[in-house]
Amino acid sequence: MLEARDLECRRGGRPLFGGLSLTLNPGELLRVAGANGSGKTSLLRILCGLLTPEAGEVRWKGTAIRALREEYARELVYLGHAPAVKDDLTAAENLKYACVFAGLSSTEIGSSIERFGVPADVPIKKLSQGQKRRAALARLALSQQVPLWLLDEPFAALDAAAAGLVEELVRAHAGAGGAVIFTTHQDTRVAATRVIELHA
Amino acid sequence: MLEIARALVCRDLRLALRRRADVATALLFFVIVASLFPLGVGAEPNLLRAVAPGVIWVAALLASMLSLARLFADDHADGTLEQMLLGAAPLGVVAAAKAAAHWLVCGLPLVLLAPLLALQYDLPGALYGTLVLSLLLGTPVLSLVGAIGAALTLGLRGGGVLLSLLVLPLYVPVLVLGAGAVEMASAGLGGQGQLLLLGAMLVLAAAAAPWAIAAALRISSE
Repeated sequence: MLEARDLECRRGGRPLFGGLSLTLNPGELLRVAGANGSGKTSLLRILCGLLTPEAGEVRWKGTAIRALREEYARELVYLGHAPAVKDDLTAAENLKYACVFAGLSSTEIGSSIERFGVPADVPIKKLSQGQKRRAALARLALSQQVPLWLLDEPFAALDAAAAGLVEELVRAHAGAGGAVIFTTHQDTRVAATRVIELHA
Repeated sequence: MLEIARALVCRDLRLALRRRADVATALLFFVIVASLFPLGVGAEPNLLRAVAPGVIWVAALLASMLSLARLFADDHADGTLEQMLLGAAPLGVVAAAKAAAHWLVCGLPLVLLAPLLALQYDLPGALYGTLVLSLLLGTPVLSLVGAIGAALTLGLRGGGVLLSLLVLPLYVPVLVLGAGAVEMASAGLGGQGQLLLLGAMLVLAAAAAPWAIAAALRISSE
């Protein structure tokens, strides 16, 4: 369903990768591997449409994502390096607004936050980095209906229990016919169906 | 779509409530600047009456600009801006909602405070209506135009200074018309012409600025 052709990316005048093509089918788990600075995050940002590639294009179900814009955005979840939670809001409020902005129904916010073990009514700034990360990832539990997940280092700063929960969600999503692309430089227990190796 | 805009405005208002100090800074700046002038230029009532509209307008304009740099910077830093760029609503709607929230937090309080400050200048009672109306029409234009500058300078080092250089020239017509409306009214000519022009600027800014902000956000977030 996702197709990228001849992607080329340069950051700060330095070429990161070129001629990169990939297709992603429902149920696939694609791992993007590579050293720091090899362009994993840039690739993910290109695939979700935040970054324009120097050359090549990304197509979603046959249509270029530049033409789709919000229609494509509704079909994907992107979780980047920044946790995208507001320090002054509580985990429940953050999740509620994230769901509204993404056009998701927000009926099971309480249960999702409970599942991730984050205190629901404490401002995020009073929580630890790991808990902040958990609050951001709680969104995944509400996004099972969204076909494409793009996760940038989803296991960073997580303890074993939370990492296990994310793995479980990722596997369940792929099992239900969703597709997941994630970056990581550690080996994970999630068995990716394919791995792309980026070399700087 | 409107639900998203409403949620965004609610979120920004809630954030402003939890960080009252930020909002208070802009308001106190407005009050202090407008209160310094009578101390500086002396207590000659005719002089004060003559400079009142201009001083109050300039102070409101600077106070509104003070908080612009933070308009998108916080969302950019914590990643929520990326999520808005990838949101279900067109980016123009998001931009309009951000500008609306900025006006509610940093524009509307200025409009409400202005009559109180006008007291220090012994502004004739008949002019209060025109002053408030001119600010009511003008400050949303400041928020909308300012948001374009804020989006363009997002993530730049020294963006704050660049932002003022970029935005202040664009504020000039609003200032001239806003202060002019009150001066015209005080001369007995009625300020309707200027107020109508301000209204027209507001309509134009409300229609065009959100899309300019959206384009600027896309460029700066790359």
